[in-house]
Amino acid sequence: MTQEITEDKLKFIEDKAREIRSEVIKMLTESGSGHSAGPLGMADVFASLYFHILNHDPENPNWEERDRLILSNGHICPARYAAMAIAGYFPMKELWTLRKIGSRLQGHPHRTSLKGVETTSGPLGTGLGQAIGVSLTAKLDGKKWRTYCITSDGEHDEGNHWETAMFAGKMRINNLTLIVDRNNIQIDGHTEDVMPLEPLRDKYISFGWYVLEIDGHSPYEIISAANEAKAVFERPTVIIAHTIPGKGVSFMENNYLWHGKVPNGKEANIALEEINKKRKNA
Amino acid sequence: MLKEYLNESWEKETDAIRNGFGEALVEEGEKNKDIVVLAGDVTESTRCNKFAEKFPERFFNVGVAEQGMAAIAAGFGISGKIPFIASYAAFSPGRNWEQIRTTIAYNDSNVKIAGHHAGIMTGPDGATHQAIEDIATMRVMPNMKVIVPCDAVEAKKATIAAAKMWGPVYLRLVREKTPIITTGKTPFIPGKAEIFWNSADGKKKKARLPQVCIAACGPFVGNALLAAEALEREDIGSVVLNVHTIKPLDEVKILEMAKKCGAFVSVEDHSVIGGLGSAIAELLAKERPTPQEFIGMQDTFGESGNPQELIQKYGMSAKDIVRAAKHVIKRK
Repeated sequence: MTQEITEDKLKFIEDKAREIRSEVIKMLTESGSGHSAGPLGMADVFASLYFHILNHDPENPNWEERDRLILSNGHICPARYAAMAIAGYFPMKELWTLRKIGSRLQGHPHRTSLKGVETTSGPLGTGLGQAIGVSLTAKLDGKKWRTYCITSDGEHDEGNHWETAMFAGKMRINNLTLIVDRNNIQIDGHTEDVMPLEPLRDKYISFGWYVLEIDGHSPYEIISAANEAKAVFERPTVIIAHTIPGKGVSFMENNYLWHGKVPNGKEANIALEEINKKRKNA
Repeated sequence: MLKEYLNESWEKETDAIRNGFGEALVEEGEKNKDIVVLAGDVTESTRCNKFAEKFPERFFNVGVAEQGMAAIAAGFGISGKIPFIASYAAFSPGRNWEQIRTTIAYNDSNVKIAGHHAGIMTGPDGATHQAIEDIATMRVMPNMKVIVPCDAVEAKKATIAAAKMWGPVYLRLVREKTPIITTGKTPFIPGKAEIFWNSADGKKKKARLPQVCIAACGPFVGNALLAAEALEREDIGSVVLNVHTIKPLDEVKILEMAKKCGAFVSVEDHSVIGGLGSAIAELLAKERPTPQEFIGMQDTFGESGNPQELIQKYGMSAKDIVRAAKHVIKRK
């Protein structure tokens, strides 16, 4: 169950977010390929989920009563892997195997490779549908666990996503919380240039959703929104989390060119210095 | 001669393959509460309506949204349910191939995909609705099993078997009424091809060694039997093999037939590229090179027309099978 959030707990979560960012930089530099901006931008959301919101047991990833976290935009999996390792799902040193042959940490997450990732994703637009199936299973079986789904904003270009958003509205699926990483970038540029999504809030409202908009870098706001979603019984809830892509590393922040590339050794050192400096000052 | 476990009057009795699917959903749905059914706005024509009436809490109409349907089913499948998704094969698995690949096959989610209105038998609706590529696009996926029942009775057995076996399964189904060839006694084990006709069986005087194996699936098994009868009238022995499971293919039985007959004619309501014929040829090329002729759509789209007219026009009738059989025997 979600506990009351204290100042100390918030600081603890912020610290975990910095640890996630630090591990993400190291993993990506070691692997030599992958995505930087998305994982850094969602570090605070992953820290809030894994270290407060989710009801889960890292030592028993298949625990029947656990909350399910479905990651739709699989390419930001380094942040999830880092959060999972820090939480104790697997040894930290395994993070270094990301994208390497024989690794459980596939370039895009794969359900049967690594316990706890819940599903396979990467091709965009299918996470919400899967989360809906999981949510409806809980309803049919009278289970209390909740399903969380993270999507990118760019993947809202996919018709598949809206098919399932419409269905969630129809079914009034209230045991599902969708979190949109609204970082305004996608591979080719800014979302509003490539394919405008605004007014995103209105789109969801018209599809029958309850909409919350928050600062995706504030664990307090993330947790408060997640709590509020649990009290909405008539509709599914979407939390539009406004984030800064590349958050925590000055030269990556808000630069879409960092969506799909990784730092070299020199860049990584600067990035780690920035992240750790903030950590010390905290 | 026709195997004793088949329906003797099969040429006179017909039913739609999709009806067997619908009956099985209700019957198995009664026994197994984990079965859920998702339909894409074609509930009645995919015969999900009876399940929907009986178990409304386990039936979900997702609208005309095959991609969403596949993804939602994947979510059910990874959380302990046994979802069946039903639409026309041209759309599911036609339109949602990638969703099936990633969220069902690679994800190893326990989803059963029912592709209705498959093949040229879909007739008047025209080529847009005549899926002739679905066996190919489904069997190419790791983790996916592919079953093509030959009649309504077999479709019922196949649907029940799909519900009971673990993992992704593609069931290929047909709208039109087709001959009821099998009975309750006909063996049906997924992955095991069954001999429906063997010229070597009969009494000593009538028995003929088979010179060709006609390997068929789906509604064209009837045409294969008609062809075997016609060949017998011309004193040519044959075996008709019902290969209801394209994947995993019954390699043992097919190699046994290759040894016994020395020639193959594959028969399917599907493109000759990538379907049953290809599956057999891949095996034979590797294990026992054997002459083979391919009855099916010859790399062309269909068109509107009644099924029997289309079967004639596109060279998939019993006569065409006979011609192919004679030709392949000469090639030995």
